[in-house]
Amino acid sequence: MSPALPPTAGQTVGPFFGYALPYDRDSELVPPGHPRAVRLSGRVIDGAGQPVPDALLELWQPDEAGSVVRQEGSLRRDGWTFTGWGRASTDDTGTYTFTTLKPGAEPGKAGFFLITLFARGLPNRLFTRAYLPQDAAVLDSDPLLSSLPEPERATLISRADEGGFRFDIVMQGEGETVFLRYPGH
Amino acid sequence: MTSPNAEATTAETFDTAPPADSNSAATSQSAITAEIVQIEAGYRASGVTELQPRLDYPPYRSTILRHPTKDPRHVDPETIELWSPCFGHRDVHAIEADLTIQHGGEPIGERMIVTGRVLDGNGRPVRGQLVEIWQANAGGRYLHKRDQHPSPIDPNFTGVGRCLTGDDGSYRFTTIKPGPYPWKNHRNAWRPAHIHFSLFGTEFAQRMSTQMYFPGDPLFPLDPILQTVVDADARNRLVASYDHDVSQHEWNTGYRWDIVLTGRGRTPMDEEDAA
Repeated sequence: MSPALPPTAGQTVGPFFGYALPYDRDSELVPPGHPRAVRLSGRVIDGAGQPVPDALLELWQPDEAGSVVRQEGSLRRDGWTFTGWGRASTDDTGTYTFTTLKPGAEPGKAGFFLITLFARGLPNRLFTRAYLPQDAAVLDSDPLLSSLPEPERATLISRADEGGFRFDIVMQGEGETVFLRYPGH
Repeated sequence: MTSPNAEATTAETFDTAPPADSNSAATSQSAITAEIVQIEAGYRASGVTELQPRLDYPPYRSTILRHPTKDPRHVDPETIELWSPCFGHRDVHAIEADLTIQHGGEPIGERMIVTGRVLDGNGRPVRGQLVEIWQANAGGRYLHKRDQHPSPIDPNFTGVGRCLTGDDGSYRFTTIKPGPYPWKNHRNAWRPAHIHFSLFGTEFAQRMSTQMYFPGDPLFPLDPILQTVVDADARNRLVASYDHDVSQHEWNTGYRWDIVLTGRGRTPMDEEDAA
């Protein structure tokens, strides 16, 4: 195996990605009228408890059966193809909203959404999981959740609301979201 | 058409415009530079190598309330995290890689080609994956409603491009060289000219955004965003090389910049298993 190359360092997306990265129906992994559409939404909050109006979130998830999706077409939605990936900007209240399907999971495992967070003032992206609220035994069996003390564990579990799931991201301070690091990354 | 008086008024208005954060805008460049130098000295003394930027980097004022205070939690990937989204020719048209032909006329500025390869940590090409770029125009102005820098908008330049990498991991954009621009981090703050890059790998955690800079820019030591990367070698890896073989006779200059994502990616055997 060849020696590892040093990685290129990350840099912030800055304040001016808004005319470049968002695109038409970017946050609609399925159309809002889809019979099984769920909403994943929440607010991004900074260390002063203020909303972050210039963040960009990306969602990556398996399909309803828990399978990895290998479909192109995220950038040009055709209204039929579920690609498992989308992008949402926060508004002036720090709120983001995705329209998607409920992610499935392998048998006995806890289902979750994967979120990547970019923002001005954030020199490198952050990763986290937004778990579905589900059976306590399933959540307890999850290797990540079971390794976390309660206040931190709670930051990774979404709440059910009328449209689907609510997941706030606290970048700093009380209730700070647990962000993730993967081996080799 | 603008009278000297009008120019002076414009400049004064900009100079005295209410800053986003009045405390930080009152800070001088020399004070910011002193903070940068002190942090780098501390880093060198630590003997630890940091390949990624610091999230908590006070000279870049916006990090102060936006950096997590806890270290990221180490987690073993589940299946979905060993994959990344899939993009293809349905998503990206070949002409999106030429930022100079998106309007009726030629944009102002130095026409150039930026090319390079996207590789994983083993040096293997990342094939058929999405690369997105965005940048200011030649005068240092972004086509964004929040950019109030009084430098002209170029009606022939948007500054947004996309492409898919080739089988060798290569990307190639035709664009114009962006200008440096002022921002409100501190008094008389200027960003070195740069192009934003958004990159995907074959695994979820290879996702990243970064910025490519141009060789020899005198603003490097003054810029708290570039300096969030405290390791000098890691900073140098963000700087493209001028490549005369990419320049073309009486048409464009050329720059080359390779990007290495974190991690080793899936092996070809994994790909076969999945297929």
